[in-house]
Amino acid sequence: MKYIDEFRNTAHTKALAKRIADIAGDRELTFMEVCGTHTMAISRFGIRSLLPKNLRLISGPGCPVCVTANDYLDHAIALARLPNVTITTFGDMMKVPASTSSLTKCRAEGADIRIVTSTTEALTLAHQNPEREVIFLGVGFEATTPTIAASLMLAYNDKLTNYSVLAAHKLIPPALEALLGGQLKLNGFLLPGHVSAIIGSNVYKPTLAEHNVAAVVAGFEPTDILRALAESLEQIVSGNYAVNVEYRRVVSPEGNTKAKAIVDEIFESCDTAWRGIGVIPNSGLRIREDYASYDAAKKFNVEVEPTREHKGCKCGEILQGLCQPSDCPHFGKSCTPDNPVGACMVSGEGTCAAYYRYG
Amino acid sequence: MDRILLSHGGGGRQSQKLVRELFAKHFANHTLDQFGDAALLDFDFRTPSPESRVPQLAFTTDSYVVRPLEFPGGNIGKLAVCGTVNDLAVSGAEPLWLSCGFIIEEGFEVAALERIVASMAQTARDANVSVVCGDTKVVDRGKADGLFINTAGVGRCISKKSLSPNSIQAGDKILLSGTIADHGIAIMAARKELTLETPVESDCAALNELTNAIMEVAPDTRCMRDPTRGGVAAALNEWVENTDTGITIEEGAIPLNESTRAVCEMLGFDPLTVANEGKLLAVVPTAESKAALKAMQSHVLGKNAAVIGSVTTDNPGKLVMSTSFGTTRIVPLPSGELLPRIC
Amino acid sequence: MKIENIDGVTATVSAAGSTIAANVMLLDEPAIGEYVLVHAGFAIKKIDEQEAAETIETLNKLVDK
Repeated sequence: MKYIDEFRNTAHTKALAKRIADIAGDRELTFMEVCGTHTMAISRFGIRSLLPKNLRLISGPGCPVCVTANDYLDHAIALARLPNVTITTFGDMMKVPASTSSLTKCRAEGADIRIVTSTTEALTLAHQNPEREVIFLGVGFEATTPTIAASLMLAYNDKLTNYSVLAAHKLIPPALEALLGGQLKLNGFLLPGHVSAIIGSNVYKPTLAEHNVAAVVAGFEPTDILRALAESLEQIVSGNYAVNVEYRRVVSPEGNTKAKAIVDEIFESCDTAWRGIGVIPNSGLRIREDYASYDAAKKFNVEVEPTREHKGCKCGEILQGLCQPSDCPHFGKSCTPDNPVGACMVSGEGTCAAYYRYG
Repeated sequence: MDRILLSHGGGGRQSQKLVRELFAKHFANHTLDQFGDAALLDFDFRTPSPESRVPQLAFTTDSYVVRPLEFPGGNIGKLAVCGTVNDLAVSGAEPLWLSCGFIIEEGFEVAALERIVASMAQTARDANVSVVCGDTKVVDRGKADGLFINTAGVGRCISKKSLSPNSIQAGDKILLSGTIADHGIAIMAARKELTLETPVESDCAALNELTNAIMEVAPDTRCMRDPTRGGVAAALNEWVENTDTGITIEEGAIPLNESTRAVCEMLGFDPLTVANEGKLLAVVPTAESKAALKAMQSHVLGKNAAVIGSVTTDNPGKLVMSTSFGTTRIVPLPSGELLPRIC
Repeated sequence: MKIENIDGVTATVSAAGSTIAANVMLLDEPAIGEYVLVHAGFAIKKIDEQEAAETIETLNKLVDK
C-alpha cells in the first residue's frame, strides 16, 4: 500500500535503530508519546524491541476516552435512557465503566446504542430515522474534532432537527503546558501526527520554547517513530531544542486552515476537567450558542447521577506519566480488558490496555 | 453479571467464562470439561479403565447468526455445513452426518431460503456428508433477523493418535493452510452500513479432505484448529496459554491477500485477529512438517500453505511475532466483540 | 489513500484495489489522483508526495552509510 509499505522497511528500521543506539550511548532518557495512537503503534509494531534499555518511552494523556471523566459518560447513559433516542459513538466508549453502568450494559438493558466509525454514519441514521433523536458522543482531540464539526455544519445546512452532539473535545497544547508545569522529568516529546496535521507544528512553539525538551512531530509508521526518536536524540545531544517535524509528508507549519475554520465556526474553547489532571484552562471545546439546538447537553433535560470515581484506580497518574500501569493495584488483577475498572484499560489507545496486551 | 452482553457470544474470554461458570457448572461431565472443538466419545464409556479407551465417535454443534445472510464467497447455510464439518475434521474425525435446525423469521422470502438450502446441499455433497435430520421453527416478524441455523455433526474418529494441544512440544512447526482474514473482511464489506467495496471473498470451505491428507503423511500431528472467531491470534494463543512453551511466528511467512491487507489497514484491524472459515492451523513435529506441507499444497484449499513459525521454549505462554520490518512483538489474545455476528 | 472520484463532498478513495467513501469537505480543492490521510470517515489532509519521496530518500541514504 502506498505511503504505508515504504515506511515499514527492515533496512530502514535497522539503520535507524543503530543510529538511535549510537547517539543515545548509555544516557538514561525518557520520552513521552503524547498521543494514544502512538502508544498503540509503538506496541503494535514492537518498537521497544529495537530500542536500547536506557531509552524509556512513557505514555501521556493522549487517549481521549481515558482523559474524559466519568460525569460525561454518566450524562451519555442518562441520554441513552430517554425514549426515542439513538446514541451513536466510536467503539472505544462502549465498555468504559462509568459511575454505576456502561454503554454496553445500557445497551443490554434495551437502550439503542450503536457503534459507528464516522459521524457521516450518524448523520445517515438521523436522515433515515426522522422519528428518532440521534445523539453523537463527541470525544476526541484535534484530529477528530473537525469531523464532528463538519457533521454539525452539514446538519445545520440540511436543517436536520434530530441530530445533536454531546461534546467533550479536548486540546493537546494546553495539556502539554500542564504536563511541563508538573512533576514529570522528561527529555523529549513525540508529538501527535494527525492532531498536528490539523493544527500545524507552529502552535507548539510558544508552549515548548521555555523548556529544554526535545520535540518532534512524528508519523505513525515504524520508521516514522524511530526517525522521530533519532531526531529527538540529536536535539538532546546538541542542546538545540526546537519543534521539528518528522512527519513532513502530512504536517505543515500552519496545518489544515479550512478544517480549523470549520471547528472555529462550531466550537469555542472552555476550561475543562481532565481525568487525573484536573481542570486545565482553555483545554476543551464547547458548541457555540449559535448552534445550541445541536448541543445535546442543552437540547435535552436529563438528571445525571452523582459521579463516582473508582477507588485505587491510577489512570489519572498514569495519564501524566507519573507512574506505570504495573504501579496500579488493580492492573491485571481486578482490572483487565474484559473487566476494566478504569478507562485506560478499555480504550484501544489506553496505556494500561497496551501494557496488558503487549507486555 | 446479571445480563448477557454481546461479548458473551464473541468466542473470547467472556464466552469461555460464561461456558465454564454457567453451562459447564450445571452440565458437569468429564467429556464436556475437555472443551474440545468436538466431543470425543466411545460407546463403552461405562466400563472401567478409562485410560485404555479409544474414542470412536466425534460429536459437535454450532449455531450460525451471521449478518448479512448472503455474502461474497458464501452464505449462512454454506457456513453452517463447513463450520461443523471442520470442527469434526480438526478433531481427527471423518465427518459423516449432520443435523440442521432452522429458526426462520415470519416473512422471510422462500426464494432466499431455497437458495441457502441448495447451497448447503451442494456443500454437504462436496464434503461427503449427509444432512440426515432437521427441524424447522418460524417466529414472529422481528424476532429472528431473517434466519438462524444450528447444525450438529457426528463423525468417526480416524486419527491414529488423539489430537490435543497437550501434545505440543518445543521444536514443533506451525503450519497454516492459506491466506488469512478473508472471511471477516468479506462480511464487513457486505454490511450495508459501510461504503466499502472490495474484491475480497469469504474463504468458507470444508477442510476434511485437507485434514485427511495431513494425517496420512503426518500421523504424529499434535493438533489442528480452524481459526474462526478471533483469527490465528486467538487459536495460537489458546494453544500456549498457561503452558511452558511459546509460539513464534514470522510475519513475512503468513499468507495474506493484498486486498485483504489493504482493507484491514483501512479499518484498523490486525489480520491475525480476523475470522477465517476455510483455513487450517496444524502443529506438526519437525520430522513430518515437510511432508505435511507438501500434502497441504497439493490440495486446492492448501495451495498457499506455509510454515509460519514454531513452538519454542522462549516466551512461555505467549505468541510472539517477528515483523516484516525487523521488530519483535507480542500478539495478544484478542478481546471483545471485534466483529459481532461474523459466523 | 488515493482519490478516485469526487461527488459533491463525498469522494471514493482507494487502496490496493478496494475503495471506501470519505468526506472531503475539510480539504481545499481536493482533486482526483491526490493521496489523502483519512480519519473517521473524512479526508483530513493531503499527503505531500514530494516530502514523502524526500523522506524515503533520506532513509535510503541512512542505510547506505
